[in-house]
Amino acid sequence: MTRYLTALGRATLDTLSSIGRAGLFLVQSIICLPSREGFHLWLRQMHFVGVMSVAIVLVSGLFIGMVLALQGFTILVGFGADEALGQMVALSLVRELAPVVAALLFAGRAGSALTAEIGLMKATEQLTSMEMIGVDPLRRIVAPRLWAGFVSLPILTVIFGVVGIWGGYLVGVEWLGVYAGSYWSNMQDSVNFVDDVLNGMVKSLVFGLVVTWIAVFQGYDLIPTSEGISRATTRTVVYASLAVLGLDFVLTALMFGDLG
Amino acid sequence: MKRNSWLELGVGIFMLAGILGLVFLGLRVSGLGVGVPSNTFTLTANFANIGGLRPQAKVTMSGVRVGQVTDIQLDPKWFDAKVTMELDSKYDGKLSDDTTAAILTSGLLGEQYIGLTVGGAPDMLHDGDVIHDTQQALVLEDLIQQFVSNMAK
Repeated sequence: MTRYLTALGRATLDTLSSIGRAGLFLVQSIICLPSREGFHLWLRQMHFVGVMSVAIVLVSGLFIGMVLALQGFTILVGFGADEALGQMVALSLVRELAPVVAALLFAGRAGSALTAEIGLMKATEQLTSMEMIGVDPLRRIVAPRLWAGFVSLPILTVIFGVVGIWGGYLVGVEWLGVYAGSYWSNMQDSVNFVDDVLNGMVKSLVFGLVVTWIAVFQGYDLIPTSEGISRATTRTVVYASLAVLGLDFVLTALMFGDLG
Repeated sequence: MKRNSWLELGVGIFMLAGILGLVFLGLRVSGLGVGVPSNTFTLTANFANIGGLRPQAKVTMSGVRVGQVTDIQLDPKWFDAKVTMELDSKYDGKLSDDTTAAILTSGLLGEQYIGLTVGGAPDMLHDGDVIHDTQQALVLEDLIQQFVSNMAK
């Protein structure tokens, strides 16, 4: 009995101290002065984290927009309201699907790679040797990656939304024959730039920060063995996806809860 | 150096794509600056019931877009809805005093908008004037109630 209590207490303390470490880690990495060298490191990470994720975002955005239009059309046509297709596709993409799905893809594509990269650096003691020669690994390794993730996820979300709306246009207008004018005008009447587009951007900024934070922290804090790396990579994807979905509900309730 | 410049180019294109995408979402998807005339004049109208009318809804005349709704508030004096709309300034002084405003619905489930119909009075509407002759939104529940009470007779 005592053993279980001890184990429970140990697990709680471990979790709490890991959350504390993560918080300190975030603060320490984010507040570092920008320098010319830091900018180049950030640029390299932008390429790795952002540009290399464009392909997967383009393809999945296109397919999600297309399937939204197809599903939406079959439902709306039953009410004789197939002109509202553009409104449905745009609102569901801009408010919800683009930030969330782009963040989930980002966690799988870039987050896991970041964890594995930093984890391997730790396992091969590169981080320790950096400290030995007086280079702060938080500043040199972690900060550029955090900032790159924070900046690139909103851009990826915008690309996702645009491609999705275009995919919806392809299926809805070109294939199913919704009138193009009503596709766009219904969309323009119902989508509000501040309420919908900018709130979606706020969501993806939050997701970008949280996903990259989880990814780099899991890499930085792992047990430096090959098993530790594989576990940390899995944890990154699981925790980041759960965090995105949970935060999405909270943010949606805050943003759209009072709009009815 | 060669490799680095490719990298910079890639990141630059990536960020430019993001900005262009945001512009697309602003202009094409949420309709910012589309069909909103730069020179406008303001009219107000009081409606007994606005139904689902929202700010930014279009104001049309014979189906042609001539402006948009900018503000909807409850008039504390009469307890009805005071709708403020901005119209293209080329119609300033061209609409007669007895113009009627009706809240219409596009399609069965579509957006609600305001339709204006000009009358024949010699006096014209100017900036800040009030449209007196209004027709409230069609509320489906009221219609059903009327229908049911007629059936009972």
